[in-house]
Amino acid sequence: MNVSQVVFIILSVAALAGAAGVVLSRNLFKAALFLVLSLVGVAGFYVLLEAELLAMIQILVYVGAIAILIIFAIMLSQRLMSPEYDPRNEQWLGGLLVAIALFAALLFVLLRVDWPVSEASVPAEAISQLGQALVSPDYFLLPFEVASVLLLVALVGAVIIARER
Amino acid sequence: MDVINFILNLWVEIGDWFGGVLAGWGVPPWGVNLIADIIGVLILLVFGIMAVIVFTPMERKVIARMQDRPGPNRTPGYGAIQAVADAIKMLTKEDVIPRNADKILHMLAPLLVAIPALLIFAVLPWGPGSGLIGQDLNVGILFVVAISAIHVLAVIIAGWGSNNKYSLLSAFRVVNQLLAYEIPMVLSILVVVIFAETLSMQGIVENQVIPYFVVMPVTALIFLICALAEANRSPVDLIEADSEMVAGYIIEYSGMKFAMFFIAEYVNMFAVGIVFSTLFLGGWKFFGLENLAPVLTPIIVFFKAAFVIFLMLWFRATFPRIRFDHLVGFAWKFLVPLSLINLMLGAVVVKIPVDDPMMVPWVHGAIMLVANIALVIVTMIILNRTAKRVEGAPALKRIVAAER
Amino acid sequence: MLSDYNFIGIFVAVAIIFPFVALGLAWLLRPKKSNPVKTQTYECGLETIGDTWVRFRAQYYVYALVFVVFDIEAAFLFPWAVGYNKVGLWALLEAFLFLGILTVGLVYAWRKGALKWQ
Repeated sequence: MNVSQVVFIILSVAALAGAAGVVLSRNLFKAALFLVLSLVGVAGFYVLLEAELLAMIQILVYVGAIAILIIFAIMLSQRLMSPEYDPRNEQWLGGLLVAIALFAALLFVLLRVDWPVSEASVPAEAISQLGQALVSPDYFLLPFEVASVLLLVALVGAVIIARER
Repeated sequence: MDVINFILNLWVEIGDWFGGVLAGWGVPPWGVNLIADIIGVLILLVFGIMAVIVFTPMERKVIARMQDRPGPNRTPGYGAIQAVADAIKMLTKEDVIPRNADKILHMLAPLLVAIPALLIFAVLPWGPGSGLIGQDLNVGILFVVAISAIHVLAVIIAGWGSNNKYSLLSAFRVVNQLLAYEIPMVLSILVVVIFAETLSMQGIVENQVIPYFVVMPVTALIFLICALAEANRSPVDLIEADSEMVAGYIIEYSGMKFAMFFIAEYVNMFAVGIVFSTLFLGGWKFFGLENLAPVLTPIIVFFKAAFVIFLMLWFRATFPRIRFDHLVGFAWKFLVPLSLINLMLGAVVVKIPVDDPMMVPWVHGAIMLVANIALVIVTMIILNRTAKRVEGAPALKRIVAAER
Repeated sequence: MLSDYNFIGIFVAVAIIFPFVALGLAWLLRPKKSNPVKTQTYECGLETIGDTWVRFRAQYYVYALVFVVFDIEAAFLFPWAVGYNKVGLWALLEAFLFLGILTVGLVYAWRKGALKWQ
């Protein structure tokens, strides 16, 4: 039982507890905070996988921007913030069955596939190589540019929807 | 000769000696690393808390002198240990939690404000090599930016957990200010990264042949303004303004929790000072002094950070506070386009081919300086034209004529 | 390097303990005389009128949305900036395309008044 495994267990507990808290919490604001806990757990997983750039970007974008956006969206909906709001779901039994079925399907796939495990270690120049790959036509140039178009579409859509008129 | 060498490399020698002692006692290598890490963490935390103790009275005395008054001078040493007196006072104040406030959230917010501020000290470079830095992460500067993003969440929790309308309203405004000023900050850090080719803090310091403040003054200025806004310092301190939201999202906090917010602010200021000096002022370098006497590098870093903090105090004493809509308008409509153009300029300049590899930083630096000055001139011209257009606006003329 | 994060992990653990220690010390030292008047919500010295929920301007949300888009753009630009010096001149044009598309977005948001604080 080395340090990595202990840290992995702690992070798993945090991520799962966060996810459970999102679903089971009565207060929407606290549900959003449990989501943040879960996202921080995922960032910890990225660190364990030696993808530190992704971990930092996860915290910067998810915790720093998207969680804030979710909390703002919760506060924008006056119906959700009023004290009479009861977030309990009437169809919890159907939801539970679908979730169990999905979990079973994922577990089946995870156990049956022969995942190729690479023995290569992460190079020290990983970030630089990722940057070079992002602009290289052989690798990720097209997704890089398409991502910018996607962000533009999101921005235009948001501005149109949020306009007063 | 040996003694002088020992003193010149003092910190490294002490570290090696301590490691040797521990190994001599039979501690396994992982134990030596663990104990060294824990002692390093404690030293860095002491540095962080020292920031509060040194800079709290310094702020009040400096601002007081700028306003031609003596400042706090009741505590011994001409008011030098004012922070200790404040801490004793804060420890003994009652912690009043509002009636319907959520106790867990109310307690969570000061923790979430203080912990990231302290966490930045893990990656700040105090000297060359890997000894005088907490941990030279590959993603050093990105770590600093990500930690600053957690502060935004803490503000919302503080505002919501107080169960107070004004607290919540102030929290929204502060969060918007923080979000607006984070983009120009990240974009100006990107310009530095383009020139330094690495995200690690030691790498950025070591690659600065010329301090980047000279190479790209516009970037440094944008970063300083954004860091001021991120640290909630005047002229953008909407929470400390007593006439604004009556202390803003920290209204309902008292005692040690209130003190946590201010400890976090001063620790953050110190960290921002060191980050600014690392990115733009050359970090622990000082015209070659760091090669002669590596023992002096923490003192060099401290003085550079103190200079930046002095600038921040000077701004606080001098500039009036900015209205909220001007604040976010300035960020989104001026700083973001300016830093985007700056980024494109930096990207172009770095690609200019230079024959001699040794002269690369100098040539690129000179061209970037010229480009920055040209950018300033062009911006001034555009702003002048826009101002003339606004002044000539018919609505404004009617208002001015009616008031006469 | 994964072993780098040993230090960060220890630092996080100690940095979490420190505010708890400070708050614990304060809990030991401070008076605990609570009464109903003290725990009332602060509203400039008067009684609270109405619930805690305030009228939330939609403009706050629009600012946060624009911020998310630019934050993700900055996240893409970080690895690009690190690897930038090692690629040829074409990377400059590609980056200009990326930044240009997003600048178009910013100008659109500006012209449509999404950045104006109403």
